[in-house]
Amino acid sequence: MGSIFVNDRDGKTHKLDAQKGSTFMEIIRDAGLDIEAACGGCCACATCHIYIDHNWFDMLPIKEGDEEAMLDQTFHILKTSRLGCQIEYEDKYEGINLTLAPE
Amino acid sequence: MEHKTDVVIIGAGPVGLFAIFELGLLNLKCHLIDNLDKVGGQCAELYPEKPILDIPSRISITAQDLTDNLLKQAKIFDPVFHLNQQAEVVEKTEDKKWKITTSEGNIIIGKCIVIASGAGSFVPRKPPINNIDLYENKSVFYAVKDISIMKGKKILIVGGGDSALDWTINLAAIADVTLLHRRKEFRAAPDSVLKMLNLEKQNKLKFLVGQLSSIEGENGKIRNIEYKTEDQTHLIQTDYLLPFYGLKMELGPVAEWGLNLNENLIKVDTEKFETSIPSIFAIGDINSYPGKLKLILSGFHEAALMAQQCFRYCNPDKKLVFKYTTVSKDLRKKIGV
Ligand SMILES: Cc1cc2nc3c(=O)[nH]c(=O)nc-3n(C[C@H](O)[C@H](O)[C@H](O)COP(=O)(O)OP(=O)(O)OC[C@H]3O[C@@H](n4cnc5c(N)ncnc54)[C@H](O)[C@@H]3O)c2cc1C
Ligand code: FES
Repeated sequence: MGSIFVNDRDGKTHKLDAQKGSTFMEIIRDAGLDIEAACGGCCACATCHIYIDHNWFDMLPIKEGDEEAMLDQTFHILKTSRLGCQIEYEDKYEGINLTLAPE
Repeated sequence: MEHKTDVVIIGAGPVGLFAIFELGLLNLKCHLIDNLDKVGGQCAELYPEKPILDIPSRISITAQDLTDNLLKQAKIFDPVFHLNQQAEVVEKTEDKKWKITTSEGNIIIGKCIVIASGAGSFVPRKPPINNIDLYENKSVFYAVKDISIMKGKKILIVGGGDSALDWTINLAAIADVTLLHRRKEFRAAPDSVLKMLNLEKQNKLKFLVGQLSSIEGENGKIRNIEYKTEDQTHLIQTDYLLPFYGLKMELGPVAEWGLNLNENLIKVDTEKFETSIPSIFAIGDINSYPGKLKLILSGFHEAALMAQQCFRYCNPDKKLVFKYTTVSKDLRKKIGV
């Protein structure tokens, strides 16, 4: 079991347990933080929008077609925007820092 | 317009569609209401091309094919669809029936209501801009109903999907159109993208890359729109703003019908899938009971059990005889097998 750091919308940082194979969205949702994830991870709602810390961003797998198209439906997009449901936690992400995008 | 029927189904997603068939087997007639311009709910709107792998006996079927087949099967029983409108008001009539009024003013009277409204009705996703509501339906529109007001005006369209591109192309013929999208690639049909880019080449419209950030204006009338590129903000003067950020699902009026809810889901029993109000049922993604799985498969099962109880409400003097479809000569004749 690893851990990730998540900044909520009030600027508070939470250290969350992360299990290999779970997506960032699932880890955040199951910890009870406020991420809507309306479609449950099907890449069909864009309500799991997160920002990835600059230092980690390039380590992530590149976006597949669906994810970029879904990001079109969100707001406040940054270069480091991703959909939390499209990235699975792996050991190499131990300690990664994520931020919940505004609603 | 006023209609009378046995059962009014709210929501024409996969579960609402299959309910028509199950009710039809028991000779019950249905009217359906859906906000979308098509049947199929989430399957048709969110993932028509994706293959579903857990529909019994289908190794793989796309969500659109599933919708098409469900519709074909339902049509055996002549359902009536009221699309492009929301079920808004539910009232009891003097003779103890249900009267449902839609956003288009249609009235449908039935003995039972089946709520198959899934995750809610699809509504436009609104950009989180301060005060945008002050401009809505005056100079900000999420759908174009009256093209004539746009003639010769400056219009800013935002988005990269089919609605954004289709309206950009259509309105470019009669107005001064600018399309704003956050990147140079589009999720719209490649054909439309090509058309748009050609029009841009001929100077018949403008295309800008950036993100919408705020509105300036007064009394519902826009003066300027501000948008952001990487580290700059820009102003663009416009008369109308048409944001097309896709659709999201919202519980909507269902919350106001006096039903027992559990975190925006309707509580039902697992024998008849009836709600806290007798003769109102809830099936599919909208209901909640211990062990509920939000699967199409579960919705189908719920529809079959719900139909039994609807039959009893609609035919209090008749006995319900359980019959397999394999023995139904009537049905075979109807389908032609
Ligand atoms: C990307 C994705 C993949 C999925 N994959 C699978 C899968 O592999 N297998 C599976 O079993 N399930 C899957 N699902 C879930 C499945 O799509 C849902 O369980 C199913 O669509 C629920 O059907 P429904 O008819 O209950 O509701 P919906 O499909 O949500 O339809 C409800 C309809 O009701 C309408 N409505 C709601 N309120 C009103 C109102 N007041 N007035 C008028 N109309 C209204 C809505 O506009 C909508 O059209 C998936 C979902 C998504 C998003
Ligand atoms: S949870 Fe819906 S897109 Fe990620």
